[in-house]
Amino acid sequence: MLCFPGALTQRRLGQVTLRELPDWLVLKSPRRPRDAIDMVQRGWQWYYRRYIDVKKGGVGGVAMLLAGYCVLSYVWTYPHLKRDRWRKYH
Amino acid sequence: MLSRLVFVSGKLYFLVQASRSLQTSSQSLAPVPPLPEKGGKTRHGIIPEELFQFLYPKTGVTGPYMLGTGLLVYMLSKEIYVINHETFVAASIGGVFIYAVKKFGPQVAAFADKLNEEKVAKAQEVKDLAMTSLTQAIEEEKKEQWRVEGRSMLFDAKRNNVAMILETNYRERLHMVTNEVKRRLDYQIALQDLHRRMEQEHMVNWVEKSVIGQHHTSAGEKESIAKCITDLKALAKATQAKATV
Repeated sequence: MLCFPGALTQRRLGQVTLRELPDWLVLKSPRRPRDAIDMVQRGWQWYYRRYIDVKKGGVGGVAMLLAGYCVLSYVWTYPHLKRDRWRKYH
Repeated sequence: MLSRLVFVSGKLYFLVQASRSLQTSSQSLAPVPPLPEKGGKTRHGIIPEELFQFLYPKTGVTGPYMLGTGLLVYMLSKEIYVINHETFVAASIGGVFIYAVKKFGPQVAAFADKLNEEKVAKAQEVKDLAMTSLTQAIEEEKKEQWRVEGRSMLFDAKRNNVAMILETNYRERLHMVTNEVKRRLDYQIALQDLHRRMEQEHMVNWVEKSVIGQHHTSAGEKESIAKCITDLKALAKATQAKATV
């Protein structure tokens, strides 16, 4: 059993156990809109620095963005796509 | 490879600019650390390698693939993913995309790398030029400092020059004074000589005239001349004695 550092606030997602997950999520959720923007900004910066802003990048950096866009748009249009289902009962 | 193009063309650059403008820390940005060589690894282009590493201890190498297959089958059977006309569209586009990436990927990557290298070479050139000019400036500055040390010797030499010129001037003037004085004195001497000579000649002429006028006979001429000479000699002796007294 790995020992994780003390306070719940300072841990990253990989260090949180399943039992503490809801509390951790509540703790890390944004309280003001400014916090939400900051989180989005930090996330984008992390992704950009890791996959795109390198000397010899691969197709992964942009391809993952496109794949994420495809998945997100499918999720958003699912209520409309439901009507094209082939089976009547699931 | 696409990210290389993106990096080169700077389409996403405005986002980086936005992030940089939000930095308010007091640490300076220079020198900027170099970019990492390679980005995060992805398998098959869209799945990060971290997932495979995460599942490897529990499920081995085939774990993520089984996970993917299971998820796919579940979504198809429960019709969470609906197959309609758009599926074929997506499949065609996906196929073309994958074919293009596989075929033209390396060429585009090489092109983007070449552009990058040209940019870097230009910047490096500017930097090298600046460095050489600055080192040259430093050397010249050192030389100037060395020259300053020799300035005291220069001043000594100049001082000596000035002293010599003054000396020369002074001597010239001395010479001039001496010459002028000598000229005036020579003039006075010449004047006196002229006076005496004129008096002598006048006396001789007068004596000749009066003596010859008085004694016309040729016989007693020699006698009278001898007598005159002795008389003159006596007179001269008398005047000389008078002058010395």
